[in-house]
Amino acid sequence: MPYRTDITYLYDGSFEGLLCCVHESYYKRELPSLIFNYKEMQETLFTVKEIETVLENAKKVETSIKKAISGEALHLVRMCYYSNSENREIVILNFLRMGYKIGPSVTSMLSDDTVKAITDIAKSVSRESMYYLEFIRFSDYNGALVAIIEPKNFVLPMIVNHFCDRFPSEQFLIYDETNKHGIVYQNGKKALIPLDNLEVPKACKKEEKYRALWKQFYNTIAIEGRINPKLRMNNMPKRYWKHLTEFQ
Amino acid sequence: MDILEKLTILSDAAKYDVACTSSGVDRSGAPGSLGNAAACGICHSFSADGRCIALLKVLMSNACAYDCSYCVNRKSNDIRRATFEPHELAELMIQFYRRNYIEGLFLSSAVLKNPDYTCEQMIELISLIRNEYRFRGYIHVKAIPGTDEKLLTTLGLLADRMSINLELPSNNSLQMLAPDKTRESILKPMGMIKDGIKENKTDLVKYKNTPQFVPAGQSTQMIIGATPETDYQIINLSEALYKKYELKRVFYSAYLPVVEDRNLPAISSKPQLLREHRLYQADWLLRFYEFQASELLDEKNPNFNLLIDPKCNWALNNYDNFPVEVNTAPYETLLRVPGLGVVGAKKILRARRVGKLDFSDLKKMRIVLKRAQFFITCKGKTVLGIKYDPESVLRGLISDQSWELAGPPMEQLSLFNDIKVIDTGSFNIMDSKKEEIRQAKIKFLNENSNAQSNNFILNESTLQSNEFFMRGERQKCLTGQI
Repeated sequence: MPYRTDITYLYDGSFEGLLCCVHESYYKRELPSLIFNYKEMQETLFTVKEIETVLENAKKVETSIKKAISGEALHLVRMCYYSNSENREIVILNFLRMGYKIGPSVTSMLSDDTVKAITDIAKSVSRESMYYLEFIRFSDYNGALVAIIEPKNFVLPMIVNHFCDRFPSEQFLIYDETNKHGIVYQNGKKALIPLDNLEVPKACKKEEKYRALWKQFYNTIAIEGRINPKLRMNNMPKRYWKHLTEFQ
Repeated sequence: MDILEKLTILSDAAKYDVACTSSGVDRSGAPGSLGNAAACGICHSFSADGRCIALLKVLMSNACAYDCSYCVNRKSNDIRRATFEPHELAELMIQFYRRNYIEGLFLSSAVLKNPDYTCEQMIELISLIRNEYRFRGYIHVKAIPGTDEKLLTTLGLLADRMSINLELPSNNSLQMLAPDKTRESILKPMGMIKDGIKENKTDLVKYKNTPQFVPAGQSTQMIIGATPETDYQIINLSEALYKKYELKRVFYSAYLPVVEDRNLPAISSKPQLLREHRLYQADWLLRFYEFQASELLDEKNPNFNLLIDPKCNWALNNYDNFPVEVNTAPYETLLRVPGLGVVGAKKILRARRVGKLDFSDLKKMRIVLKRAQFFITCKGKTVLGIKYDPESVLRGLISDQSWELAGPPMEQLSLFNDIKVIDTGSFNIMDSKKEEIRQAKIKFLNENSNAQSNNFILNESTLQSNEFFMRGERQKCLTGQI
């Protein structure tokens, strides 16, 4: 029996929900032309099928990826899921279908279009997460550290552990303006919470002082004889400048 | 003097130190403390010169007792002097770290009174940071030649990386420009640190709780272009430092004239940035590509070709080793292909296990073929299906560069002559790098002009016309007509 393709899936946007779409596609022999969640609802001519998130099924799929393909494949899938790229669900589904067929060596097929699609997305997510370990700037408000970021992808889950490990005795909040989420860390506990808006108080004198000191340091440390704006831009893309203390 | 002023003076004085890396040690955080360290190193910002800012790079003091003629902080120079109090600098550094501005501290200092006294001050500061603030992040200290061994050991137990500046590539130059320092006084502590690290490693195997001695290793830096050493001498020196002293890094810094001195290049001379770049490329070849210094240069050709990178240069001189077949060549051979790096070679190794690779596959894997195309085959074929010889490859390589580097940007053709406005004020560093390449290119082409098939007279105007390089020459190179 051929696969049915004139159908689209609607899921709740969670990772488990996405795995359930994979489950559904296999057991019902369907190849959805589109998978989208409630937030990104689109008009479509095809039948829209709502996929219920069943944790048990999600778990099954997760285990099967690890077993039949590899841990690396699961990691790729997860990274891709965190991207905000438009067709990430279909990319994941295609990759997994291929992976189930080929097995562990699928992640070595770097020049295959299906594999390339997912590795490219995963790479852009991991690169952006790396940038955010570097270019996050905290401000101190009464002893609590607050940082605001505007990433392209959903990088918070990738960077949270680094900062919890780094500042075990601090309390901090990292607010993701693009995805309207925040990470709160306090007394050794961390939490990822949806957050629609964040208003920060005015910086106190002490905070202003350290900002001024940092700016001064930043401007002094450059060697005039070697000024090279292009190199700086390559190393620190301009879209990160908005929230950098040294450019405010 | 307030802290802003001190920071300005002492970071300004530290900016010529090259190393600002925070790599080499992995250390996780711990409850009740502050900070961690990642072996890959994390940059936090990039200054206007494009260099990374990972550490708070400052001098503890610039009130120097020495009088080295290349140095801005020399005793006889009339500049403002400042010295940080240990608690002042510690608080500043910790506050910067909490805000994720920096990855740690890079502490250097002028010689305050004498080397031992300076070292004691540094130890006081770093103990404060490590013990009072319980800081577990990265600290790089610069040791001062002539310091007592015991003090160096104490310092080494507090820091992650230690470095001693070699300053200049030869003892003669050192005697001429830095009369207070000798090669021996620099190499002795280097050897001591090396032995300390080794001893510490065996202790760590025996006793788990031994404090770590300079866990991220040691590095050094030298100034190039201020004295007459050749690239061959410099790269041999680096190789010896890596092998004999087990250094993690050697940094090169193109001399920027900061002071007028009869022993130094004129203050108007341009820094040799391209030469510095070539030295770094060669340095990478030594450390990650298993090259020997003697393969890259010899006494007959003691300096790097400014037109092409050291790896291309080596490959052209050993063209009988090429082209290599991507699908079968071992890793070590792939690493020697110009344009292929460690990441690219590993990708190829991985991908070819599941299928034969073609040029289109390489492109999809994001392997840059700009240089590599002349040195590899896929399934026995070169990219254009023709055979190259070193001559045509060299032309291909440099005319490719001319896309970006030769002459002024492309212009719209016009029936009338444009009036050229020469703006000398905007001659910045990027132009000077281009200029260096351009001059080298003119020289090369003039020397080889009889190899031209057509009678182009090679001078600046033909170079600038772009036409020559971009359409004619480049096309011919690619199709192998030359």
